[in-house]
Amino acid sequence: MTGVMTAEMTIWDRQYECMPRELLRELQLQRLQQTLRRVYTQVPCYQNKFRDLGVEPGDIRSLEDLRHLPFTTKEDLRLNYPYGMFAVPMREVVRIHSSSGTTGKPTVVGYTRNDIRVWSNLVARFMTAAGVTADDIVHIAFGYGLFTGAFGLHYGSEEIGASVIPISSGNTDKQLMIMQDYRSTALVCTPSYALTLADRMQQKGIAPEALALKYGLFGGEPWSEEMRREIENRLGLVATDNYGLSEVMGPGVAGECQCQNGMHLFEDHFIAEIIDPETGAVLDAGAEGELVLTSITKEAFPIIRYRTRDITRLDETPCACGRTLVRMMKTSGRSDDMLIIKGVNVFPTQIEEVLFQVEGCQPHYQLVIEREGTLDTLEVQVEVNESIFFDEMKKQRQFVDMLQKRLLSALGVGARVKLVEPSSMPRYEGKASRVIDRRRLVDKK
Amino acid sequence: MKVEQISIFIENKSGRLAEVTQALGDAGVNIRALSLADTSDFGILRLIVDKTDQALTALKGRGFTVSKTEVVAVEVPDRPAGLASILGILDGGQVNVEYMYAFVERCGGNAVIIFRFDDAEAAIRVLLQQGVHVLEGERVYSM
Repeated sequence: MTGVMTAEMTIWDRQYECMPRELLRELQLQRLQQTLRRVYTQVPCYQNKFRDLGVEPGDIRSLEDLRHLPFTTKEDLRLNYPYGMFAVPMREVVRIHSSSGTTGKPTVVGYTRNDIRVWSNLVARFMTAAGVTADDIVHIAFGYGLFTGAFGLHYGSEEIGASVIPISSGNTDKQLMIMQDYRSTALVCTPSYALTLADRMQQKGIAPEALALKYGLFGGEPWSEEMRREIENRLGLVATDNYGLSEVMGPGVAGECQCQNGMHLFEDHFIAEIIDPETGAVLDAGAEGELVLTSITKEAFPIIRYRTRDITRLDETPCACGRTLVRMMKTSGRSDDMLIIKGVNVFPTQIEEVLFQVEGCQPHYQLVIEREGTLDTLEVQVEVNESIFFDEMKKQRQFVDMLQKRLLSALGVGARVKLVEPSSMPRYEGKASRVIDRRRLVDKK
Repeated sequence: MKVEQISIFIENKSGRLAEVTQALGDAGVNIRALSLADTSDFGILRLIVDKTDQALTALKGRGFTVSKTEVVAVEVPDRPAGLASILGILDGGQVNVEYMYAFVERCGGNAVIIFRFDDAEAAIRVLLQQGVHVLEGERVYSM
């Protein structure tokens, strides 16, 4: 326990991370007003959207006034593809990143030299909070390329002075060899890839003790507390969550400290709001809803009230680590992959938690939603393995019944469990897509 | 006194049974007896083969979920009420049958029935006490 306490004492930027909240709010307002004046004069999209609602930067006199400004959505970014939302001339842009487009074109973001400096420092904040120091060897298994994940963590690690292994994604056997031989102490990847590594270690008979890992910094997709415990046990490390999205900056918007009770959101650079995803109304602090983010220091690609589609809540109560920054809870899903089944909101992560509680049940599952007549049906397909396969039909059916009962009580809506043969579902080394919603085909006509 | 049986999880979709039998054929394994328990989604195929370990390796190599269980092979007189008499003995000994299926070959004019019991040891004891012939594994694999 003393080791953890010592690690918690290390704070990358004490002046801002532990700032009294009244001072923080003053700083936020001042930076917000500067940002609004810049986007209004430099980015036609913002000027048009503000005018449509009859607001001007000068109307924003308090943080509460933020709610009078229009939201920015992924659709706005798509309409201004590729550089329409940039607030500086291209000669000031030193880096371009891009995020996956779920439909159509990707979204493009840019960074000035100063944006890169700020970004590296914010990543250094959460990496320090997770336990990483200059003595660590950081194994970055995010894909290097247009996505922000790998470069964000790479620059943050170098800012701290840690030794970076830019191994990138893929080739699990080689990852394990390098982790063993180079003595990697911090692992950076998606939580689902951490489990892929653990599976492979088990197959090859590599014990967690054979690795030198101390810390795991996982992000890029939602994951459950059960998954955290499983990763910690199977890889022998302390796992923390971090959050970011390229439209806002990349990783480094928020990150957990070793107290593991939510991700400190770097409010001196971003303003967070929680809204009702249906009505857009701003909710009270502490309520669960969609996270909306406004950047207040970015130069090349400022963003105002961006609809992240991530569902979470914020906790302003003080954290034992000493940071005064608000804590963002693990995202419980996305407002756009939130499934409404027979009128009940269901998040895939809820189903994952139930499967994890059943011993031996790895999270190889898929959800299929169909509409039979006017009734929605949810089918949870679970890959069978030796620990959940029984020679007696009675026991096999009892297992299916037990899963169905647990799903019903966790979700509040019935789900049909279907056991399928192993390896019948696609494996992802990055984000996992586990939902097949066949209702949309019907709704579209 | 026990016989090794392999059980295979099979999704209810076309070609899966053929895939199992082909895998065994390719490995030079001969099937001695089989039974299939099924639901609308999946089935459990149970097999007794001449080479259990080769069969397990071959099936796991093709990605099937497989388990090995122990069952009991019992000689049953091939006449009316032959099976009833055996089940009567088991009932009297308070032994429960989980499932059972018939063997293809006969043994000295008698039928052979494969039983899965909740308590195999107790079942064998009861059957032997009543003079019922329980077959050794080696005998069954080579029948």
